[in-house]
Amino acid sequence: MDAILFLAFAFVAVGCAVNLVLQKHPVSSALSLIGVMGSLAVLYLLLGAEFIAAVQLIVYAGAIMVLFLFVIMLLNAGAERKVKGRSLISKLIGIPAFLAFVGVVAWLIETRYVNAGALVHFGGFTGGGPLEVGRSLFTTYLLPFEVTSVLILIAILGAIVLARKEFD
Amino acid sequence: MPPLPGMPPIPQNVPLSWYLILSVILFGLGTCGFMFRRNLITVFMSIELMLNAVNLSFVAFSHQMKAVDGQIYSFFVMVVAAAEAAVGLAIILTVFKNRQSLEIDEVDSLKN
Repeated sequence: MDAILFLAFAFVAVGCAVNLVLQKHPVSSALSLIGVMGSLAVLYLLLGAEFIAAVQLIVYAGAIMVLFLFVIMLLNAGAERKVKGRSLISKLIGIPAFLAFVGVVAWLIETRYVNAGALVHFGGFTGGGPLEVGRSLFTTYLLPFEVTSVLILIAILGAIVLARKEFD
Repeated sequence: MPPLPGMPPIPQNVPLSWYLILSVILFGLGTCGFMFRRNLITVFMSIELMLNAVNLSFVAFSHQMKAVDGQIYSFFVMVVAAAEAAVGLAIILTVFKNRQSLEIDEVDSLKN
């Protein structure tokens, strides 16, 4: 059952990611990215990370993607134009380089990583609920957590400064 | 469920390496999108795809190590991605305001 769920959602994720790269229109790409994030949330549940799965759906697929779609519609972004004169080399080696990268890293994982064959089964790790994550976040990782709040404050200020209207 | 004739038997549980290889594939596709697409927003979404791929391997390692730390890291990655999306989209708005275009090839003031 685990394997079937994994394979189904892995195929959905890869298919949506391929669609993201191939689509010409940004709205289609954004919808594909939502598909990737949803299926990754299911994989997180399979791995026992319930809190991260919920955050993935609420923050990523909810908030960030709505921001993306909002900007796409605000700017009225259309499909990409065809541009001539792109370099021949990039067309020729793009796909083979991607396949070589995936092949080499997959081979390295399978042969060199000692835990590669360890079986992942649902319920094998139950320490991913909000209780455990919150406890770890507010004890071991308290300083990074607080620094993160400063980072978000700076990001808000930066976004406001960049996007405001110029007053003459 | 009995296995269908002619099909390879599906294992009951998946090895950890499958999750890592899925993560590699998604990361590679994100890199391809980052390099091939010329729309500023699509390039930005490819970066988000790469961040998601890395998150998947963090959570898979967390399951393997039976420790919650990997999930905390992926939580921080999500926070940074949210901040990055806010600032990045503001930059895209500014670029569009100045050039009336989202083509990445036209933003080449620093070239040569």
